[in-house]
Amino acid sequence: MSNAPVDKGRRRFLTVATSVVGAAGAVGVAVPFIASWNPSARAKNAGAPVEVNIGKAEPGQMIRVEWRGQPVWVVRRTPEMLASLEGLADQLRDPNSEEPQQPEYAANLYRSRKEEFFVAVGICTHLGCSPQYLPEDFGEQVEGVKAGFFCPCHGSKFDIAGRVFAGVPAPYNLVVPPHYYIDDNTILVGQDGEQA
Amino acid sequence: MKQFLKTTLLVAASLWSVASFAADPTVPLDEAKIDLHDKASLQRGAQLFMNYCLGCHSMQYQRYGRTFEDLGIPDDIGMANLQFTGEKVGDLITNAMPTEAAGNWFGTAAPDLTLVSRVRGADWIYTYLRTFYVDESRPFGVNNAVFPNVGMPHVLQELQGVPRKTTEEHMVDGEMTERYVGIKTDGSGMLTPSEYDQAMLDLTNFLVYTGEPMLLQQRRMGWYVFGFLLVFTIFAWLLKREFFKDVK
Amino acid sequence: MKRLVAWIDERIPMTKTWNIHLAQYPAPKNFNFWYLFGVLAMLVLVNQILTGIWLTMNYVPSAEGAFASVEYIMRDIDYGWLLRYMHSTGASAFFVVVYLHMLRGMMYGSYQKPRELLWVFGMLIFLVLMAEAFMGYLLPWGQMSYWGAQVIISLFGAIPVIGDDLTLWIRGDYVISGATLNRFFALHVIALPLVLVILVFLHIVALHEVGSNNPEGINIKKPKGSIPEEEKPKFKFHERFTKKYDIVDAFPFFPYYVVKDLVGIGIFLFLFCYVIFFAPAMGGLFLEPPNFEAANPLKTPDHIAPVWYFTPFYAILRAVPDKLLGVILMFGSIAALFVLPWLDRGKVRSIRYRSGFHKVNLAVFVVSFVALGYLGLKPATEVYTLFARIFTFLYFAFFVLLFFYSKNENTKPVPERITK
Repeated sequence: MSNAPVDKGRRRFLTVATSVVGAAGAVGVAVPFIASWNPSARAKNAGAPVEVNIGKAEPGQMIRVEWRGQPVWVVRRTPEMLASLEGLADQLRDPNSEEPQQPEYAANLYRSRKEEFFVAVGICTHLGCSPQYLPEDFGEQVEGVKAGFFCPCHGSKFDIAGRVFAGVPAPYNLVVPPHYYIDDNTILVGQDGEQA
Repeated sequence: MKQFLKTTLLVAASLWSVASFAADPTVPLDEAKIDLHDKASLQRGAQLFMNYCLGCHSMQYQRYGRTFEDLGIPDDIGMANLQFTGEKVGDLITNAMPTEAAGNWFGTAAPDLTLVSRVRGADWIYTYLRTFYVDESRPFGVNNAVFPNVGMPHVLQELQGVPRKTTEEHMVDGEMTERYVGIKTDGSGMLTPSEYDQAMLDLTNFLVYTGEPMLLQQRRMGWYVFGFLLVFTIFAWLLKREFFKDVK
Repeated sequence: MKRLVAWIDERIPMTKTWNIHLAQYPAPKNFNFWYLFGVLAMLVLVNQILTGIWLTMNYVPSAEGAFASVEYIMRDIDYGWLLRYMHSTGASAFFVVVYLHMLRGMMYGSYQKPRELLWVFGMLIFLVLMAEAFMGYLLPWGQMSYWGAQVIISLFGAIPVIGDDLTLWIRGDYVISGATLNRFFALHVIALPLVLVILVFLHIVALHEVGSNNPEGINIKKPKGSIPEEEKPKFKFHERFTKKYDIVDAFPFFPYYVVKDLVGIGIFLFLFCYVIFFAPAMGGLFLEPPNFEAANPLKTPDHIAPVWYFTPFYAILRAVPDKLLGVILMFGSIAALFVLPWLDRGKVRSIRYRSGFHKVNLAVFVVSFVALGYLGLKPATEVYTLFARIFTFLYFAFFVLLFFYSKNENTKPVPERITK
């Protein structure tokens, strides 16, 4: 055993360098383990954008489709419904859609790309029940408002643009999913499209 | 220790010289020059597969979308020209033939071909596709040199023409026997023999791809990992040398 | 930081354990290449457990879903192919390093007194590992999975009287079926790994109780007071080791052998990653081609051969014309290894100081083992069977001869101290 003095600086440098490289390696090894938790190709395919044909929708009619395992509503609103949206602001929690519950292009009074068609994920923002669509009888819930959505689980109420009323358990407006119009008769739910 | 190694090697060497290999297949396999970087070839192979094979054989573990992406085919073009089954671009490449009916029609269900290259190897597939020959004794009128009595019709005959087996007489142990030489076609096919060979190579290439669609990514990653290991091992070695100064 | 360590040490013996087993553990100074494989086996074990856990997240243990779920992992899961190849390559790597680890023990007499239990624990690990590998190989539910399991389970049918009922009980069905798959899955992912980890723990406890052997086979523990102060190593060893003995020719495991093992691990990983990224099937040895075809109970593949790490034992089985005797000899070939510490009656450990006859005997044993492994992969032709018989004979001859000559072996004088 030699008694040559130990070069402490060199030893520390090599220790740190090897540790850093080793730690980088550990991070690299973690990548496949972490990435494998992403949605698989099968899940992505099942959650792929869904085309909705709106050509035959009557005014006031709701079309339900499944997207990523969730119900998505497409409601063709009547002019009467659209008119009812104005003047509700003081009864609503977030009348101007300030919470990011919708893509930017739907952050307007009607919460939609085209006034006539309302696209929303049909899941209550409270605890995940699916609210009922009440095109005629919503007045029983909120006086003077004819159409809206009512969640039977805990009584949350939304207007016909999915805006939540104040004083109910649900904290936020209904979610508007990314969507765009492929043509006048078809909506693609799940993609923002180039118009975004 | 040295003597131990020497003896081990000596005994091993003498053993090696005795070992012989199992009998070769009756028909020698032609080498398929696979090139997974050749996207044009893979695309042509995919087209052949979708048009000629998918009618009976599925590829149920592989997805259209993944295939289009890996082969450099835009989704819309792929869906319009290559996707005959499924609805979405991400669907699996399944076929419409019910397995039981196939069992009745062909005596056996047509196997799924996703992994055929990993079971049989590229050379086998390449040779198999090119060694159908007319044999009236078979239900479909054709037989195959590397897969005797195969229960599959020669679906590529319109491309290849009518293939006939050529043999030569050969003296074995004082008896004349027939030996397989190759396949000759009557020239009625849409492709010349060399074009047909290339088409079958394309198809084989595609089947090799579907057997291991991750292969190119896998190898590329391998080089990065090697690079990392080189750096790590060098640092570890320097560190070891530094510490062992204490004890040498 | 110091206060935190003190706080923990008052509650569990953290620093003490670290010192006894690493920082102040006396390791003989002459460890060579062969002493790497224990650490590598640990590394591969960790790899198998981690990738195994991740594979179960997407694997479907049913006869209908198993094969497809493996392809789902290979194609649809991000990096699923990598996790699967790490696991399948790890299985083979485990046997490579364990076989080399065992050979090391045989060369340097690491099974001799006082390390008999250490060896027996190691053999138990090997046994559990074989069960683990066998059951794991059924899970992909390919043709080789199915028919390999069929053949090996049928071995139990050779046992007189209860054989047929036993095979039925193991399968839980009249053929290998989903029932078999499910029980193998449960054992493979929970029961056996648990046993394996406990055995590995005991193996290390036993090792650190008696201390590591070394290539010279010389004891580094000398009677207390027999070594003058200036000849003792300048390192501090834990009093657990120095209380009763004077330790010579050693240095602490940490940091010295840890940094040395890092180099070895780096080199090992080159080989390991080469297989993962460039040859995961290893020419059909690690992943057999017929296993890319889903299990079909009505169609047997042309050649059924177990995976390479079982073939030495499989060749012994086939070499014997009688079914029962074949099974007995196959299990006997493993049992012989278990009792090796008592078959070897010699006092000299390392092959370096043993007789030339012993060297030849061990060399013939190694060659027989490798040759049997090769023959087990091949179809049983007449010539191969003849060779398999010869090598089976030589395999067992090793143990028989060892028992007789080791009592009065012509060994060389063993030095007092490690000089190399």
